[in-house]
Amino acid sequence: MKSITRRKLITTGLAATAGISALAVADKLASRFGLIPPDHGGLYGPGETLTYAAQRMLTTHAPAREFPRSMISKAPFANEVAPPSEEFKRYQANGFRDWRLVVDGMVEHPLSLSLADLRSLAVRNQITEVACEEGWSYVAEWIGTPLHEVLKEAGPLPQVRYIAYFSIDRNWWDSIDMADALHPQTFLTWGMNDGDLPVGFGGPLRMRVPRQLGYKSVKFITRITATDSMKHFGKGLGSPEPEFGYAWYAGI
Amino acid sequence: MTHWITVACFAALLISGAEIVISHPRFYLGEVGNVNTKPLFAIPIPSSRDTVPTGYSYVMPDQNGWSRALHFQSAWLLVLAGLVYGIVGLWTGHFRRNLVPERGERNWRAHWERAAKYLRRAPPDASEARRYNVLQRTTYLVVIFVLFPLMIWTGLAMSPAFTATVPESVILLGGRQTARTLHFFLSWALLLFVLVHFTMVAISGFRSRMRAMITGRLGTGEER
Repeated sequence: MKSITRRKLITTGLAATAGISALAVADKLASRFGLIPPDHGGLYGPGETLTYAAQRMLTTHAPAREFPRSMISKAPFANEVAPPSEEFKRYQANGFRDWRLVVDGMVEHPLSLSLADLRSLAVRNQITEVACEEGWSYVAEWIGTPLHEVLKEAGPLPQVRYIAYFSIDRNWWDSIDMADALHPQTFLTWGMNDGDLPVGFGGPLRMRVPRQLGYKSVKFITRITATDSMKHFGKGLGSPEPEFGYAWYAGI
Repeated sequence: MTHWITVACFAALLISGAEIVISHPRFYLGEVGNVNTKPLFAIPIPSSRDTVPTGYSYVMPDQNGWSRALHFQSAWLLVLAGLVYGIVGLWTGHFRRNLVPERGERNWRAHWERAAKYLRRAPPDASEARRYNVLQRTTYLVVIFVLFPLMIWTGLAMSPAFTATVPESVILLGGRQTARTLHFFLSWALLLFVLVHFTMVAISGFRSRMRAMITGRLGTGEER
């Protein structure tokens, strides 16, 4: 029995040493290749960082699953947020003709686009699933302008690492890294199932990030900002979600 | 060592998993499911979301934030501990020697006979003080090599980024909601194992202590 115990001890010791040195090396490499999320601190930071780093190494270009038209949900669930503000209602009364999308931050050409401008830039569609962190999901067709087409117009500077996006409700915003920002399925969405995007689902303009959970698909987008760091946005965690324990990176 | 990490992680995963279920205590089959679709079944508890029709007027406090963070961090730790355990187990021959049923016992009859012995509440053979019996061996193998891998698989099949890279992970299971439902039932299977395991240890611990007291010798049974 003793020899086995000793062998076990040595094996465990070796494994622990290897593990710790591997961690140190991994940490160096991770920050070099942008595998550290803005919410890497705190009690659950290691878990968030492992998930983000592992998935970024696996998923950079992979497309989210698309579904046949027959699988579009007959009764999708809007999960409506609080009733729209007076400001929103004024836009709505005017058929959102005055709605603007401002593109600013580290870009060569800051833009201010109407919904018609977006449509003339590029129109793409995808049939993808919205999956909420609570567990429910639905499939819908989303029609919009890929974010990368808008960024191409604006010309992001080489040091840009994140795209932050803001709802008309100033407390509701989020951000994604360039792997998701330049991903062909990340849309500024203005249409759904062959019609305009209903207000309940985030109309007139919603960010769709199909490779992440629903809460990254912020509704009522009015502004996107290119930046090299999330430090100066809110509490510097990449979005307000991490303040409530939710991961910034929701590819999970 | 890995055993106690597993205990801590399993407890954390179970509690946080339950909290996450509370935010949507309805289960579905197939790809999609939400409050506008008919569930396979719903757990009759209040939810932590007012959008879920539960029949209760009461909405539970939202605990999903920390629950999710704890769930994934524990899952990572458990997977890493599992890797260490798996490598050490293969390296030292622990699986081959102690967990794979012995040659003459790789049949249903041997399992059935040992189960019948449990049911008769017959005392274990002397040989079983130092080695696992066939039922224990098979159960451990199923937990380690079937239930835990399936748990990880069904968990990953709910990840929109992972399924983008490996769509088969969810397609083979029959859809995202089926994966979620399976994940839920697998957690019950693991909980059942833990409860039986715990009961067995409590009983055998009591017995070995009795034996030690009678014979005056210490530390006979109880291998780790």
